[in-house]
Amino acid sequence: MCTVCGCSSGPKIDGQTHAHSHAHEHDHAHSHGADHDHDHHHYGDGAAGVSVPGMSQARLIQIETDILAKNNAYAASNRRVLTALEAFAVNLVSSPGSGKTTLLCKTIEALGGQPLAVIEGDQQTSNDADRIRATGARAVQVNTGKGCHLDGHMVGHAMDDLHLAPQSLLFIENVGNLVCPAAFDLGEDAKVAILSVTEGEDKPLKYPDMFTAAKLAILNKIDLAPHCDADLDAYEANLRRINPDIIVLRVSARTGEGMDAWIDWLRAGLRAKARP
Amino acid sequence: MHEMSLAEGIRQIIDTQAAAHGFARVTTLRLEIGRFAGVEKPALEFALDVVLRGSSAEGAGVEMIDLPGRALCYDCGEVVEIADRLDPCPLCGSGKILPQGGDEMRIKDMEVI
Repeated sequence: MCTVCGCSSGPKIDGQTHAHSHAHEHDHAHSHGADHDHDHHHYGDGAAGVSVPGMSQARLIQIETDILAKNNAYAASNRRVLTALEAFAVNLVSSPGSGKTTLLCKTIEALGGQPLAVIEGDQQTSNDADRIRATGARAVQVNTGKGCHLDGHMVGHAMDDLHLAPQSLLFIENVGNLVCPAAFDLGEDAKVAILSVTEGEDKPLKYPDMFTAAKLAILNKIDLAPHCDADLDAYEANLRRINPDIIVLRVSARTGEGMDAWIDWLRAGLRAKARP
Repeated sequence: MHEMSLAEGIRQIIDTQAAAHGFARVTTLRLEIGRFAGVEKPALEFALDVVLRGSSAEGAGVEMIDLPGRALCYDCGEVVEIADRLDPCPLCGSGKILPQGGDEMRIKDMEVI
């Protein structure tokens, strides 16, 4: 049961079949057909609102409402759930192909018995969730359809399905996109931007919103740096130019270099969520 | 692409307001968009045109008010107004500045009948 919108969403984890259709009080009614035997969430349906006729006197209504207020309410609800569980959630954002899923698989291996779960966002396919599940971790795939980002509502439903254990790490792998996910709070504790060394040193300057919003940047695939003349210091300088507070970690998920610092950062984040 | 999501957010707010205030039609909608909000205004206009169809705000005039970008300079400690995220501090020339405002996306008000 979603505490914000009140819609119920049955379990869609680990291959269970489910069929339900619900229209939310907010814009996107989404429905799930009975032919679904996989644990996906589908989005991307259009608006379906109502208009209410009433009085006819011209007047000005002060609104002063954030356009993303609805999303922010879902995000705040997710954050309350995570706080109650003393769970630490990271929202992984990057371009497609930066190595998010490989990094996640290696991270899960390195974390050993740590309780954790993964929400995978992609426009289509369950390939990424399948790769995560192959590591033994719990994962739910959210397909955004035409959508370019995950939002707080999608993540709230995915969290319901994951039944997070207390003191879990939650990894939310956003849709590969350096633009739109920057604006949508999911309730996470930190956005982590992943940038691979093949992408160009000036990428933080080209897509500043995302790198401003991120607490930590992982400079990934550093094993490739010598082969593509990548200047790692220039990457870091550009990241700090956009966001003076950003923490930068140089990592190769493939060779394992730099993974310790990343794992330490995650464990520190989790410890910081523990209630005294 | 997320201008479509923003337009849907705007429609939700309008629908909620319509239910609360009981008006028939929105004639003018005024939005405040910060310089660093990442909103492409022509794209948002296009999305609103589509998303507001069938709502009380179908055909409403849309005004977008620009809000300036603000940033904290780490070197001189002042909050300054900048036009571009990559601009240096206009007071001391430092490049170490962190945006502090300008990411607003709000419905300011609307005229209704």
